[in-house]
This record gives sequence, structure tokens and C-alpha cells, in this order.
Amino acid sequence: MNTIASLRIGEIGYISEGALEFIPLKLLEMGCLPGAEVELIQIAPLKDPLYICVNGSHLAIRKEAASQIQILKSEF
Amino acid sequence: MAKNDIKVALIGNPNTGKTSLFNQLTGLTQKVGNYPGVTVDKKKGTCKLSTTQNAVITDLPGTYSINPTSIDESIVLKTLLKKDIKESPDVILVVADVENLKRNLLLFSQIKDLEIPTVLAINMVDQMSRKGISIDLTALKEELNTEVVLISARKNQGIKNVKDAIIKCHVAAKASPMCDANYKIDPEYFDKLKAINPNFSLYELWLMVTQKNFPAEISKKEKEQLLSFNKDVSRLKKYQHKETIYRYQEINKVLKKTYIVDKSKATDLRSKLDKVFTHRIFGYFIFLAVLLLIFQSIFDWSSLPMDLIDTTFAELSDFARNNLPMGILSDLIVEGIIPGIGGVIIFIPQIAILFLFIAVLEETGYMSRVVFLMDKIMRRFGMNGKSIIPLISGTACAIPAIMATRTISSWKERLITILVVPFTTCSARLPVYAILISLIIPNTKIFGFYNLQAFTLLMLYALGFVTAILAAYILQKTLKIKSNSFFVVEMPNYKLPSIKNVAFDVLEKTKAFVFGAGKIILALSVVLWFLASNGPKSYKNAAENVTNNIENSQLSATELQQKIGSVKLENSYIGIMGKSIEPAIKPLGYDWKVGIALITSFAAREVFVGTLATIYSVEADDENTTTIKEKMRSEINPETGKQRFNFPAGMSLLVFYAFAMQCMATLAIVKRETKTWKWPLIQLFGMTGLAYICSLIVYQILS
Repeated sequence: MNTIASLRIGEIGYISEGALEFIPLKLLEMGCLPGAEVELIQIAPLKDPLYICVNGSHLAIRKEAASQIQILKSEF
Repeated sequence: MAKNDIKVALIGNPNTGKTSLFNQLTGLTQKVGNYPGVTVDKKKGTCKLSTTQNAVITDLPGTYSINPTSIDESIVLKTLLKKDIKESPDVILVVADVENLKRNLLLFSQIKDLEIPTVLAINMVDQMSRKGISIDLTALKEELNTEVVLISARKNQGIKNVKDAIIKCHVAAKASPMCDANYKIDPEYFDKLKAINPNFSLYELWLMVTQKNFPAEISKKEKEQLLSFNKDVSRLKKYQHKETIYRYQEINKVLKKTYIVDKSKATDLRSKLDKVFTHRIFGYFIFLAVLLLIFQSIFDWSSLPMDLIDTTFAELSDFARNNLPMGILSDLIVEGIIPGIGGVIIFIPQIAILFLFIAVLEETGYMSRVVFLMDKIMRRFGMNGKSIIPLISGTACAIPAIMATRTISSWKERLITILVVPFTTCSARLPVYAILISLIIPNTKIFGFYNLQAFTLLMLYALGFVTAILAAYILQKTLKIKSNSFFVVEMPNYKLPSIKNVAFDVLEKTKAFVFGAGKIILALSVVLWFLASNGPKSYKNAAENVTNNIENSQLSATELQQKIGSVKLENSYIGIMGKSIEPAIKPLGYDWKVGIALITSFAAREVFVGTLATIYSVEADDENTTTIKEKMRSEINPETGKQRFNFPAGMSLLVFYAFAMQCMATLAIVKRETKTWKWPLIQLFGMTGLAYICSLIVYQILS
């Protein structure tokens, strides 16, 4: 299962429609919506948190939350 | 505030330049107050909209949504839900960042659904061409059905248009919802909700249900009805999710018609800088270098103004002494109030310089990168990446540092940060460290170049940080607090700091120190002055006894006066207190004189030096610190026949001051922020207990 946490740096994915209930409201409000393009920009030195760009928002979220959010990778 | 002033609430996402706009609109009319019941600062200012119309503008904390996740954000909800009629805004001014318009419009759409007249100010439009953005303003106004203005707050462009739009919006006073998202989700459910009280907009009622926050006009029965909607939590959550998705769909529709981004034109400074600042190795080095630069500058830049303040207040005291009629009132002024105020003012340079740096780091966007770098490390110790800002601020003063924890949304992480911040070496500890170090550490070089005294000071700083971190670790393991928080930090664009914003920020935080800590330090100084200048019979007879003592007949007039002062202090109430705690502190290597200094340190730690100066009957002038040192050095412990302030006792005192909770002002702030005496009391006894045990061990091992 691919999640935001399984992206490599620079890789792009699309948040899957089924992910909705796993996305915290706060993150949803900040633009992390099903169907949105999400790019992993940087991983912090201790592998956590993750720095992502989704829907034009640049956000740092913890791996724990990122691994809850399913994505489809761009090659699909 | 005049009656016909328009009440404007300024709302926006963080990093949208909301503060810049507020500063432009209100300038120096700003006032910081408190919201009733909560401790978040409320910034208000007056703005002249036209020749006849003024507005009172309230700057609400930055938020991404009306649904709050931190104390800061909950203020927005409370203000908008009209908990307080007097505060409820006539017009809401929403600030949005042109580059993140989509996300910013989410908050706008929520506010619009509250059916309050709303102006949308799209900020940073000077960046548009560089980012390849174009906006059809007329179409956007029509689509959003509201006043929209393009501004550049930093460059002071479009401010006049904002003012006009506020008036226009206020006069028209029409407000229609933007989405009414909820009806689309489940019409039947929301019809029932609306039926509870049709005077409120549907979205207001929905917020009351989801946030359990009720305005005064809601009757008890209605409240119960609303709460019955809250029973099915999973349904609420599902509807909140659906609502957000729906809002974004609407926003996308609007932006499709009005907002174009040509990505090929965008330059990419952000990713280049991010590669350096968040690099897994260089990132930490840069942060360390920034920290060292900050601390070095604090020492370099603050010594001159601090000396100046010190001498000014000493002269002021002398002047008052010589010019006021003798009496208790003039004693109070000369020995209580003037040194008390001086004791507060003296810290301003260090505090202002530190907050200058922090404000610059926040303004540039670098601080978010530090939060990103440090989060995992801090989390291991029960804190949060955001805890790094309070911990750095704590090296100036714990009070603004504790207030800076408000952005941490997890209560447990925030509480731990609050509890451990006072371990960091605040500026009041420095004078104490300085005099003790110069007494017990030889002024020699180690490794051939590094000054041993400076090294000791550095180690004391490190001790403060390490203890804070370890204490956090223990608290994380022992505190049984469930708090589900969600960590998300926006990584804003890098930008040059605005001088105006930085200046206002420094001013505000320095004020927080002066008025937060200041009044307590001042009040305690007066109390201590009273305790030190009054006493039982032996106090009143001190002058007579000293003068009549044959041993003292050789003394010069000044020496005699000093001797009298010293004996008076010994027999004053505070001297008695010092003597009564002597048995407890003896195992640490202290006598009753140090005991007095420990007690007076509760006003502010640096009072230690002044108190010892009085006890050793010297004038506490700056020039005379050498004399205090000499006196302290020649002080003999009658039981051992050795120096009182020898290496073991000095180290024991250093450790005591590093750990003990000796600041009343901090305790008061912790009480205010945690709303209970439980946590400050835990700090007081926990930290002081730790200090006692550690000092005991240090003294017993070394001696």
C-alpha cells in the first residue's frame, strides 16, 4: 500500500479517494484533499517529519500521519 | 472607542502578512490586552478610514480554519460566535496570500457562511508577476459576492482601498453565505439543526454543535437540542470532512474563472534555500551557528546599555537620597522602589536583543525549518519541534518563553515545555553566575586559549539545557495526560524581514516582560525592603550597640555606618528568616547570610548580589563589585576556619541557582497559562528540591 510516507524525495503521488477518513480535519483544511497532487520535498534528518507540498501548501507533517494517507503513485 | 466606530476583526492564515497589514492600518495606536478568561494577547488599534469614520481593528491570531486546534485559534471561533456582544465585529477583514489563495479561501468561505459583512484583502500582489499569477478582480468580486482588494501590505500599497472597502461593506451590511455547504450534504439533518434557532446562520449553529461553544443568546433548551446533535461523533466527523471537500470544490470553481498561474514563470528560491537549511548535516550546523551568533551578540551588544542603566539607577538613588527629606517614605523610594525598577529595566537590553533575533528568524521563515529539523529530537523528550522557540527564549526570560508555547496544540507537549523552560539559563542568573565564577574559578586558560571562567559559564548554559531536556523526558514518562494532537507546520516562503513587524514584535514581547515580571519583581522588592529595614528590638538598638562597642571605636565614620547597616540587616525580619533556615542550608555549605540572599532571590535571582553587598556592608555600586568579591573572599567559615566561598560552597551555590525555582513572576505566569496552582507548585517544589539535593551532593563530595 502506498502512502505519503512511502514517497521518495521529489516523487509525486495523488491522494486516493478512499483516504478521506484517515486525513485529519486540520490537514484537510490545509489543502490535503483526496485527488490532490502531493510531492515529497524533503525528509528531516531523523527520517521524520516529512516536508510535503500539497495543493500549493508547503507543510511539514509527522510520518505517523503521513503513513495513514493512501496515495496513488504517478506511474499508475 | 467612539460609538459609531466600525468594529473590524482582522483574520487570516499565518504567514499571510496579516501582521504587516495590521501595523499599516493602526501603527502606534496598538494596544495589547487580554481576552477575558484566556491568556491570549489581544491586539487592538484604531484606524482612520475616512475624515469622518474611524474603525477599531482587532488582530485575531492567525488560523487556517475556524475549527480550532490550539488556544490561539480558539479565540477566532469565540470572537466570531459572538460570545461577547461588545466584541462582535461589524466587518471582518480576511487577509489572504496571493500565492496560496486557494487554501486561504477556505477560511474565507467559512467566515462568509457566518453571514457577517466580509472584505477580502489579497496580499503580496507585488509578487504576482514574479510568480506568474494573474487575477480577474472584477470576476472574483462577483463570484465571491464581496469586496475584494489587492494589496501589498509591506510596500504600503492598496491600504486606502482596504479602508474604502471596509466602509462600503459596512454601509451595505449585506452578507450572504458563500457555500452553505452543509445543506448539500444532508438537507434533512441540517434543516432540523437550523430549526433550533433561525436567528443564527446555519453555519453558526453547526459550529456550536461541533465546537461545543455557545453564545449567550442560546437558551438552555436550545443548548440541549444542539448538544443532542453532538452524540453521533463519527457522523459529525464525516460531515466536517465532507463540508471541507465541498468548500474546496466551490473554491476551485471560483478560481478556475478568476485566477491563473503560469508555473513556468515561477522562480524557485525556496527549493534552493531549503536544500541548504534542511540539509541533514548542514541544517544542524547552520542552526548551531545561528544560535552561537545570537548568544554572542546578546553578550556583546547588551553590556554597554546594561552598564548605563546600572549607573543611571545608582545615581538616581543617590540623587533621591540627597534631595528627599529623611523619613520612611524616602527610604521606601531610595531603597525599595528605585532599585526595584532598576532591577527590571536592567534586563531589557538582553531580552530585547534576543527577541529581535527570534522575530527576524520567524519573519524570514527560517524558524519553521528549525521546527522541522528539531521535531523528531524534541519528540523523544515529550516535546514538539515548536518547543525550540520557547527554549531559546528562556535564555532571556522564562515569562515571554512560556507565553510562546501557545502555538503548541498538544496540551501534554505544551505543558512539558512550560514546566522545563525555567531550567534554561535566564538573564537574571547571569550576575549571580558572574560573581561566583570570578570567586571560585581561576582566571586561567585551558587548552592554551580558552578562558576557564568563560568555559564554566558555557557549561552552566549547557547544564540548563540538558536539565531541561532530561526533566522533559521524565515528565513525558510520568505525566498521564492523554492529548491527541496533530502536528502540522506550514513552511512559508523565505522573505526579507520587515523592520516594522520586527520592531513591533520586540516591543510587544519586551512589554510582556516589563509588565508581566516587572510588577511582581517591584512588589517583592518593596516587601523585601520592608522586611530588611524593620525588625524587633535588637534591630532598633543596632546603631546604639555598634557605636557603643569598644571594638568599633577605631572605625572611620563610613566604616561605622556600614557596620551598623550590616548589624541592622542581621537583626531585621529578613535576617531572622535567614537565620532560621540556616540549619537546613548548612549541609550545602551556606550560612544565614547566604540564606538571606536565597530568600531575597525570590524577587529576581540577581538580587543575590545586591543582598550580599549589603550584608558584607559595602556599597553596591558598579565600581565596587571588586569590593564585594574581596569581602566574599575574606569571609571565613567559623567551623572549618576556611574561606566561606571556597570551591565546594561556590560550586554548590552555582548548582543551586541553576536548578532552583526562585522566580515568583514565572510561577505567576505558569499559574495563568495552566489555570491552576498545581503546576507552578510542582515546579517550585520539584526544581527547588532538585537544587537542594544536587547542591548537597556537590558540596559533600567536593569538601
